[in-house]
This record gives sequence, structure tokens and C-alpha cells, in this order.
Amino acid sequence: MKVFLNYPQILKRWEASQVGDVDPGMSVAPPHPHTNTDSFQEELVVRPLHSGDIYASFQFRTVWEADFSRGNKVSHYQLFPKSLGQVISKFSVRELHISFTQGYWRTMQWGQPFLPSPPGAELWVWFQDSVTDVDGTWKELTNVLSGIFCASLNFIDSTNTVQPSAAFKPLGVGNVTDHRFLRYATLPREIVCTENLTPWKKLLPCGSKAGLAVLLKSEKLFHSSFHSQAVHIRPICQDQRCKSTSLELRQTLNAVFDLHTSGQAKREWSLFKMFSRTLTEACPLASSSKIYIDITDNSQGEQFELSPASSLLSQAVVLGDRRTFSVYDLTDQATFGSTRSLNLLIRDMLRPLLHAERYVAGYGLQTGEIHTVMYNHHPYRSFPVLLLDSVPWYLRLYIHTLTVTSKGKENKPSYIHYQPSKDRLRPHLLEMLVQLPPNSATEVTVEFERALLKWTEYTPDPNHGFYVGSSVISSLVPSTVATNTSITQEQPLFSSFFPCKEELSYFVRVYTEPLLVNLPTPDFSMPYNVICLTCTVVAVGYGSLYNLLTRSFQIEEPSPGLAKRIANVIRRMRGVPPL
Amino acid sequence: HRNLNGAGQFFSSGHTNNWAVLVCTSRFWFNYRHVANTLSVYRSVKRLGIPDSHIVLMLADDMACNHRNPKPATVFSHKNMELNVYGDDVEVDYRGYEVTVENFLRVLTGRLPPSTPRSKRLLSDDRSNILIYLTGHGGNGFLKFQDSEEISNVELADAFEQMWQKRRYNELLFIIDTCQGASMYERFYSPNLMALASSQVGEDSLSHQPDLAIGVHLMDRYTFYLLEFLEDIHPASKTNMNDLFKVCPKSQCVSTPGHRTDLFLRDPGSVLITDFFGSVRKIEITMETINLTDPIKQMEEK
Repeated sequence: MKVFLNYPQILKRWEASQVGDVDPGMSVAPPHPHTNTDSFQEELVVRPLHSGDIYASFQFRTVWEADFSRGNKVSHYQLFPKSLGQVISKFSVRELHISFTQGYWRTMQWGQPFLPSPPGAELWVWFQDSVTDVDGTWKELTNVLSGIFCASLNFIDSTNTVQPSAAFKPLGVGNVTDHRFLRYATLPREIVCTENLTPWKKLLPCGSKAGLAVLLKSEKLFHSSFHSQAVHIRPICQDQRCKSTSLELRQTLNAVFDLHTSGQAKREWSLFKMFSRTLTEACPLASSSKIYIDITDNSQGEQFELSPASSLLSQAVVLGDRRTFSVYDLTDQATFGSTRSLNLLIRDMLRPLLHAERYVAGYGLQTGEIHTVMYNHHPYRSFPVLLLDSVPWYLRLYIHTLTVTSKGKENKPSYIHYQPSKDRLRPHLLEMLVQLPPNSATEVTVEFERALLKWTEYTPDPNHGFYVGSSVISSLVPSTVATNTSITQEQPLFSSFFPCKEELSYFVRVYTEPLLVNLPTPDFSMPYNVICLTCTVVAVGYGSLYNLLTRSFQIEEPSPGLAKRIANVIRRMRGVPPL
Repeated sequence: HRNLNGAGQFFSSGHTNNWAVLVCTSRFWFNYRHVANTLSVYRSVKRLGIPDSHIVLMLADDMACNHRNPKPATVFSHKNMELNVYGDDVEVDYRGYEVTVENFLRVLTGRLPPSTPRSKRLLSDDRSNILIYLTGHGGNGFLKFQDSEEISNVELADAFEQMWQKRRYNELLFIIDTCQGASMYERFYSPNLMALASSQVGEDSLSHQPDLAIGVHLMDRYTFYLLEFLEDIHPASKTNMNDLFKVCPKSQCVSTPGHRTDLFLRDPGSVLITDFFGSVRKIEITMETINLTDPIKQMEEK
């Protein structure tokens, strides 16, 4: 069911702001197999946070000069991992985004992440338009990915897959608007551990043996407040004129290390304290290997001290803010001393403009309400946000109770796309475009009723509860600083992930918490009890009745005493009838 | 056919590849020891040479990254946190809710849906030696999977018979560490099976030591002493099965470990530990060429 209420210019502007297209009429020469040149860049951004915690973001980018859109087959793999290359060509994948996250990103304490991700596993894929059976290909793709990443992605099926119509536009180049080729699914219950990190590290050209990936040791990485690893594959333009595309693979890993659980007394951080490793060399296959330390709040050197000091400084506009970074180039041998150790203290950062929360209200096991609250912290500008909600079928939403209020008054969304659920087949999909007034909190409320599942559909631990995936809020947030909209190779990776056509706004995606909902759970010992009781009743009752009805009575003489028996024996011998 | 005999002799010395199926069937934090059991056997088997592609590891719950684990990304088998059996390079094929009786039997018999990836399949053939290790909570004739279903010894014996009829193993070693474990191998009837259990019918298998920092028991006694035994084995060692039967006598284990070898064709004294726990390639260097098939003649045009 699609409800169009005043489809605004804003949504059109949103769609047009995606990166420009490749002219389909232009013929592209098929890549010569022997001149495939791959390039690999790696970078680490370290940003000290307000509360004393520290945020480390790794990005590894491999660009592969291959074009799959015209059915070209590739058999020579250089830096691009073969397992992913085969998956892309076999399933005709245009774009693939998969992330595994443990923990929840606290936007108000930590600011905005460079690459957002919801807790658990999230997978969204744009297929090529040559695919005929998208659902079948999606199912096979999730099975293959579950083998590659050692995750239970095979639990993705039609009951948790949706086709968003507006919230997930392609992040790579291409003239694609048909959302029948898009599939989105989340598994909020998915656990992330070393068995997921190991295959992720094996996809890197240098593995975990050289370069920045040496720092990725599981004992420290998982002892953190937030840990997220992701793989993003998309087509990008090879140059400014965009006559041909190449495939970009970005592997990202974000981690936030907590000051107190790392057992520290002072607010002092170093690479060794964060990762229990130091760097010795750059990856030999990398064309660029850099570390960026965010020193925006330390321009005069008064808040913290960075050692060893670096003379290279760079400025970048990221998330609507102009920040200064101290750059360490690992390909330059002069950067390496004995140990690399950083001591930092930090104060302020830009308050994030968009932030969201979600919770379940109500009592009892029959009904409830889902509340999603979105905050706009800009003092005078309002901006639209696109809210995507995917709720499993066993929470039956009553859409007639959907209310959106800002500052106490009703706020009508300008675009609503709702697809009702079908029991055991597909989940609810709700997409809304809401205008957030300045300096306000907008609350979206919808009532639901809990369904009773069949007893075989419960998990082995049903009293834990059932998860509802995070809501996704996507928006173009107005920025005070002009963003650089041209695509250049020299831009650092952390500021060039989300394409941006507008100078005065930047793209932000915020994920809410997942919900944990208790469903009415039966007593699983009841089938056993019922069988025992019924069998007993049937055996005793039926047995007795049958006996009574079918018993035939015969008269039987009691057996005679001893004297009479001896007398009978004598009488028989004499031929006389017995007594 | 002297040449063919040469080829036949090359392959007649038993198995050519090794597989391992290691299953932990228990969920919840207080069953930490079952995951530690399985991971210790996984670690030994990898160390002795079986690669990840030939190991199907099924863990019903995640202990390493569990929120109650004071040391994330680790699973310890000794108190005082001496030995981290989880390690840095681990590949879990079936995890969480995927560890069910149905999936276990499908892995054994090979009847999996076509889209299952290779890492989740047991691609053994008639020259494979397979090690199967199960641990969890069990009873007389059954093993409990994840608190919601059981596998009975009859089902297990039938699954092995299916494997035999489809020629999916050469020899199979079955080890089980649960209470009343010997009841699980009572019903086997296929050839070339050898079984070990940590306790007899009517006895409980006990756990080893609790760790006060982590707050749970770290390992079960039988597997603890089995791990100690395996730490002394290296790929070239000549220790045989009779030594394995002596692991964990009643004085250490409190329960009586049992074993069954009547279905096994070879003498257990001649079976090396590395035949099942390791992946030793048999290489014979020969100077003569062997014709394996006749050259293919071209079809003549009619």
C-alpha cells in the first residue's frame, strides 16, 4: 500500500543528489585481462572522544579495474580477493554492503561515526538489472556469504527481508532507480566474534601480516564498547569524466575503546594500549598508508601532547565540520622510530545535529507501543529525514494508530510507504519522510499486538525475547562548512565514503537501538504432560469400560477340601460319579 | 597386470584424507565447559594437521564474546587462564541456533540443500577417516541439543549406517563426553566404527575445575585429560589407540570411561592416534611410471 501525500520537491532533490550516472550509450572497451591494475590504500583515523574514550576507524580500499555490468568474465585476481570477486560475478551483484556490529553507537556521547552500522548483522544488496529471479539469487547469496564470513546469514529469508523504496539509494555510480533489485535485511541477534574477524582479515591483500592490519588483534578489539566491521563493494568512476567504472571494495573497522575497562588510571592513550601491538611497516602492496590523528582541539598544543610529533597536517571537511589532522605516512621510512606512542587529552567536539532513540512502551504480553524519537539539535534550520522501520510479522502493527508529533502538535509526513506484513512470509515495512522542526524532538508512535507463535517456531531460549531490527534514519543535514563535492583520489578515505552533490549539506545515517520484545511463551513441558495424562486416562478409563462390557461370566465351583478330593479319587476308581 | 597392481598397492594402505566433526550441543553461560571441551579438541586436531576446510565445527552458543565473559575473545581450559583454546584463527561453521539435530544428521549423511557453502559440508569419501566428537548433556540413550530437542542412540546408529552404505567413511572414531555416554554407542551396527565415552550407563561425567575469576567450570574431566594426552602427540608420533583407552582412569575421572572396538576391523594396537586426530599424508616415492587408464581412442567418423 503506497500513500502519497504531497510528494515534495525535497524527495526529488534527494534522489537527484546521488552521484551522476554513466552514459549508457557510451561503449566501454572490455578490460584487457593483462592490464588489470588494482590499487590498495589503507588508513587509520584516531579521534579522541569527549569522555576520555578513543575512536579508531580503519579503512582498507581496493580498487579493481573490472567491469561486470556487461557480463564480462574475469579470472585473474591480483589484489581484489578472489572469493568476493567470484560472488559478485556469479550473482550479478551491483553493490553489496554487509556489516557486523557488536555494541550500540552512542551518538550523543561520541558524535557521529564515519560509517554508521546497526547492532548485529546488516546486509543490503543492489543487483544488476539482468537478474531475473531476485529472491532466489538473494537466498543463494546469503548462504554463500554465511560460509565466507562464518555467520548465520542463512537465517535471512522472506520474513526479515524488505525492499525499501527510498531509504537505501545506491552509493556507487549508476542510473538505477528500480527498487525491485534492492534487498535489505538485518539480524539484530547476530554475534560478532573472532570467527568473523578472521575471514575478514584474510580478504585484505597483506592479510594481517603487514601494514595497519597488524593492529587487529581480537583480544583487544572485542574488549571495547563498540566494534563494527564491514565490507562495502560498489562501482565508482575511474576518473572525472566517468567514461568507465571500476569496482571499489572498502573494508572498514570501527572501534571505540573505553577508558575505564582498559584499566587505565590516566587519560593517556597509545597504539600499544589500544591494540597491544605497534606498527613496523606499511603494507608493501599499498599505494598509500596513512594514520590521521584528530588534533582539531589541540591547535596550540595546549590540551594534549602527540608523540612522536608529525610535521604533516591536513584539513578535511567531514560530517559538516572542518577538522585538522596530524598525518603520519607509513610509506615514508622516516616515520618509524622505535615505538609509536601517543599521549592525548581532549575536550570539546561539535554537537551532532541528528540523533534518535527507540523504545517499547506498554505493559503485559498482549499489546504494546513502539516509540521512535528523533531529535533535531539545529537552532534554526529544519530538515527532512527518511525513517525506515522493518518490524517482524509477529508484532502486528496497527497503522491506524500511527501518530507523528513534534512539539506537542501533529506533524504529517509528506511521504509514507507502508507494506503490511503477511504471517510467516514477510515483515512490515514502513518508510516515512518527516520534516523535523528546528530544536525539537519528533515522536513517532505506533501500537502493536503480539502474535502467538506455533510451538515449533520458538527458539531454544524463548525467554530471552525476540529482537526487532534497528530503525534507519537517513537525512541530508545542513552544514555550516562547505563540503568538497569533487571526487579526487587525494581525499582521505574517511571523508569520501558517502557521495555528496550539495555543498551545504552532508549525508547522515543514524541507527536506533534494536528492541527486545517478550512474546507470550508457552510452557514447553505441556505436550509431555498432556500425553502422559491422556494416555493414563485412556488406559484406565477405556480399559475398565471395555472389560466391563465384554466380560462373560462363568459359574465356577469352588475347589473342594482335602477330604472330599481323596473321596473323589476313590469314587472315580470305583466308577461312581464324584461328589 | 603388474602396473595395475602397483597402483592398487599405492592406495591400499588405508585412508587418504582426514575429516573431523566437532559438536558442542549446549547453550547458556553455565555450559561454558562444553564449548571449551570442543575447542580443545579443535585446537589439537588443527595442530596435528587437519585444515579448517576439513573440520566442521558446531558450537551451540558463543562463550568467547558473551557479555558475561570477563576476558572477551578468549575461552580458557585451565584455571589461572593458562591456555586460550579459542585463539586467533578459528572458523566456526555452525553456530548458535544452527546447531540442531537435523543439521547434525544432514552434515553426517551429506543430504544438505544445494546452496550450502563448502565450509558447512562433510565432503568425505570412502577413503576418509572421520573423527566425531560430541559433548553436552546426555542421558541413557540420548544427547540433548540446546535444551529443546534430543538425538537418540538409535538415530545416531542409523546415521552411521547411512554413511557406510553411501561409502562416506573408511574408518570412524566416535568420542562422546556426556553423562552416561556409553549408552550412545550401544546401538552401533556398521563396520569400522570405534567408540569412546567418558562414562558408563548409570554414571555421570563430572567437570574439572571452576575458575573463580570467570565464575564457571572450565572443562570436563575426561576431555581435560584427553587434551593433556593429545598435547604430547606430534604429527610423527607412533602412539596407538590402546594408549587412548587408558586416558582418564577412574582415579582421575571419577566415572569409568568406556570404549567399543568390536566393530572395528583392525586391531586397535595397530591404529595410530594420528590416523584420526592428524592429517598425515602417505607419500611413497617411486621411480616407475604407472598407466592408470588406457589412452582414450578417438571415435571414428561413420
